[in-house]
Amino acid sequence: MSQHLPILQVVVPLLAAPLCIFVRNGRAAWGLAVLASWVSLGIALALLGQVGTGGVISYAIGDWMPPIGIEYRVDIVNAWVLVIVATIGALVSPYALVSVEREIDARRIPLFYSAYLLCICGLLGIAITGDVFNVFVFLEISSLSAYALIALGRDRRALTSAFRYLVMGSVGATFIVIGIGLLYSMTGSLNMADLAQLLPGVWESRTVRVAYGFLAVGFCLKLALFPLHLWLPNAYTYAPSPVTAFMASTATKVAVYMLLRFFLTVFGWHFSFEQMELDRVLLPLALVAIVSMSLVAIFQVNVKRLLAYSSVAQIGYMVLGLSFATVTGLTATLLHLFNHALMKGALFMAMGCVMYRIGSVQIGAMAGLGRRMPVTMAAFVVGGLSLVGVPLTVGFVSKWYLILGALERGWWPVAVLILLTSLMALVYVWRVVEVAYFREYQGEGDAREAPWMLLWPTWALVALNLYFGIDAGRTAGIARQAAEVLMAGIGQ
Amino acid sequence: MTTELILSLVLPVVGAALILLLRGNPNAREAASLVTAGALFAVVLRIHGAVRSGAIPEVVLAEPIPGISIALEAEPLGVLFALIASFLWIVTTAYSIGYMRGHHEKNQTRFYLFFAFAIASVMGVAFAGNLFTLFVFYEVLSLTTFPLVTHAGTEKAKRAGRVYLGVLFSTSIVFQLLAIIWVYAMTGTLDFEPGGILRGVVPVPDGVVPVLLGLFVFGIGKAAVMPFHRWLPAAMVAPTPVSALLHAVAVVKAGVFAVLKITVYVFGIDFVSELGASTWLMWIAAATIILGSLVAFTKDNLKARLAYSTVSQLSYVVLGAMLANSWGVIGSGMHIAMHAFGKITLFFCAGAIMVAAHRSEVSQLGGLGRKMPVTFAAFFIGTLSIVGLPPTGGSWSKWFLGLGSLEAGQVGLMVVLMVSSLLSLAYLMEIPLKGFFGKDAEVADHHHGDSAGHEGHGGHDGHEDHYRAPPWSLAAIVTTAAACLALFVYPEPFYRLMAMVVGQ
Repeated sequence: MSQHLPILQVVVPLLAAPLCIFVRNGRAAWGLAVLASWVSLGIALALLGQVGTGGVISYAIGDWMPPIGIEYRVDIVNAWVLVIVATIGALVSPYALVSVEREIDARRIPLFYSAYLLCICGLLGIAITGDVFNVFVFLEISSLSAYALIALGRDRRALTSAFRYLVMGSVGATFIVIGIGLLYSMTGSLNMADLAQLLPGVWESRTVRVAYGFLAVGFCLKLALFPLHLWLPNAYTYAPSPVTAFMASTATKVAVYMLLRFFLTVFGWHFSFEQMELDRVLLPLALVAIVSMSLVAIFQVNVKRLLAYSSVAQIGYMVLGLSFATVTGLTATLLHLFNHALMKGALFMAMGCVMYRIGSVQIGAMAGLGRRMPVTMAAFVVGGLSLVGVPLTVGFVSKWYLILGALERGWWPVAVLILLTSLMALVYVWRVVEVAYFREYQGEGDAREAPWMLLWPTWALVALNLYFGIDAGRTAGIARQAAEVLMAGIGQ
Repeated sequence: MTTELILSLVLPVVGAALILLLRGNPNAREAASLVTAGALFAVVLRIHGAVRSGAIPEVVLAEPIPGISIALEAEPLGVLFALIASFLWIVTTAYSIGYMRGHHEKNQTRFYLFFAFAIASVMGVAFAGNLFTLFVFYEVLSLTTFPLVTHAGTEKAKRAGRVYLGVLFSTSIVFQLLAIIWVYAMTGTLDFEPGGILRGVVPVPDGVVPVLLGLFVFGIGKAAVMPFHRWLPAAMVAPTPVSALLHAVAVVKAGVFAVLKITVYVFGIDFVSELGASTWLMWIAAATIILGSLVAFTKDNLKARLAYSTVSQLSYVVLGAMLANSWGVIGSGMHIAMHAFGKITLFFCAGAIMVAAHRSEVSQLGGLGRKMPVTFAAFFIGTLSIVGLPPTGGSWSKWFLGLGSLEAGQVGLMVVLMVSSLLSLAYLMEIPLKGFFGKDAEVADHHHGDSAGHEGHGGHDGHEDHYRAPPWSLAAIVTTAAACLALFVYPEPFYRLMAMVVGQ
């Protein structure tokens, strides 16, 4: 049984998804989704445990040996990403029950859970597979289900934002598949480990370099690196609350993982940084993303949109860590994948609670909520502090490694910039806090505390924010180990 | 001793919980405050005893990032700060009982609650065992004092709160945190070590050290070195006991204490003085001393004048640290203590005048001293201590700071110290002089009319009560004023501790 965990990781949500449609009942579908997502989390944790002790797991699908057959290959890097996706998936699914009943038409609810599980399956699949074409397949599964999830939002603008995401996402996916095709034409292989062996022989060819370019643009579209982020703010703003919480914490993270996996494992450290000089492209883009998007976030009046812009800025931090091209920088990137998932998940879930009670997430409408919904707003405050990077939250740990990485390279202006943008984060978080705590409630409805079913997953994430902020030994250890694995590449 | 260290953090938090539990019964609630404050002082005294006999108790509470821990450690300088803060907490609590009731403040439970939290964070700052811990408690202190600053809840208070958090957070995040991570990137440790941790690992000729020191001095916004002093006068919208303890003692002293501690235990004074790394900062501190005094002159509002006087006096401590020699450091540490007692007396008096006579401007104080002789006499003693005249404790710290500047070969700074003493004499002495010898000011007195608020502390009834400070407050004022005098004769405990810091 335990040797089949890699395939079960993908198959469990994949099979549960159509079952959700067959049961035709919202609550039953929800039960299935919760079950499948928690089983996925169990598998992901088990895999992390296995690679932590036993090294790399290689699983040949249908016993077709790689490089001909499809290989699932789990090392510490993707085990880490699997845990991130599965954790968020497992916490969002119980949260969805109440929230979805309020935000989505009743007859579409089974469809929602089906799409949700497919999305989880796609993201887990991208993370676990060791085959580049398989990456593309799972990318399409996750993207198509994501478009559907966003379009389920009740606000009609959800449709246009989903369509916009579809267009941009398809362009990205097409670029990626072109890149993969070019690699195949040069090497005749689709297996990542095999490619890593074959590529150095054809490094000099223009085709490989063009493939690299296509892949870079494709990944950056999917991970919403400035200026390819335009699909993200609307999609996050108008999607149903649980969808936003899930997507913001996982989809872009998996895209960052794809980028790391292709550029560091498949192409290799040497090729990416010494021949293609990837850092020269990523560093300025990341800096512009961080500064400009933090600035834009300050002026938003819709809190979900504010957080969405903040996400684009935070993605900038992850890319920035990579552009340092050092172990510390890469550790910061991998750590922030996890930490940012925790903080944004908590924040978007808190906003879901607000949406549930007062039907709006405009800053103006949130006046007085500090008194009316103290538990929800306290979650927002802690999540916000984490976003700012206050000590004893996970945000601080990420910032610490990021700034340490910048100083190691001697790039102190970058370090100053990181700190300045933390202040910008303080400003946009503070705007919400001030309205919620220092103004009187003005709406007429009864804004009571959100239901317990929404609060406990939110606070579970908040608690993780604090726990891994106070004791970051394990997460930082895994991130560093993963960074070292990525830097070493395969077979060296 | 580690139990006592942990207790010093836990006790105020327990006190806060008690305050919350007893919120229905104001007398019991205040009793809880007083008892916790007394217990905390007793604990700090025990730690003091151990440290005086040469022990350095330490305890690690958590390790958030591998290699970077939240650790407490009691060394002489921290003990000095903790002693002052915990002792003055008792006095201030007594004072607050009179003030808050006499002034009919709202939300008193919240007030005492966050007061207790603030003291817990001050203990954390005092006993921080490394830079990271110091940073954490420094930030917690800003957060826990925010509700106190905005206590009144008015638009003005909110604006002040924004300035307060804005300045303190931006300086600490942009400068201080950068400096901390920089230190870690170079040395791989954040621990406080006698003699510092930078010698030998920092590239000296690059001029890194002066910049790093500057990042710390400006990054510790609570030290109110210009141009980052604006938050301090803004925070004066707080109720007077808050201004008294937090903005004459705990918060601002946490700032200058951190500057001193970092100079001594991270940089090492010998290292700093060999490089001359602090010369530029000496002059910025000197400028703050003079400019702060000059601005104080222009303020008619009593609390605003005291606030700028604080800005000026804080830079004495910073200056002492930047002198980077034994006398300077001793003077610096002594000034933390002496200024605390002097300035808290002045703030207490300002509050008493406000509660009893409803006057807040200096120009309204004429003749008031004849009606409130004890208060104005205390103000006079406090003034002497701030100026640095015998027979008050303030003369000792000025003495050592003067010695320090001569040893550093900076005669110009000696002049600055003298000029600033004259200035502070002029702007502070005006108040008792006016009070005792001035003409009665024409002020439309508005009686509060109800004596109900005074019954709680068994005070006096009717209009005779009008010019009498609440007895609880008066007791506090007399205590701190007496302490100013006592410290002239008996500065020994603080001197011993500082001598241990510089290894004498």
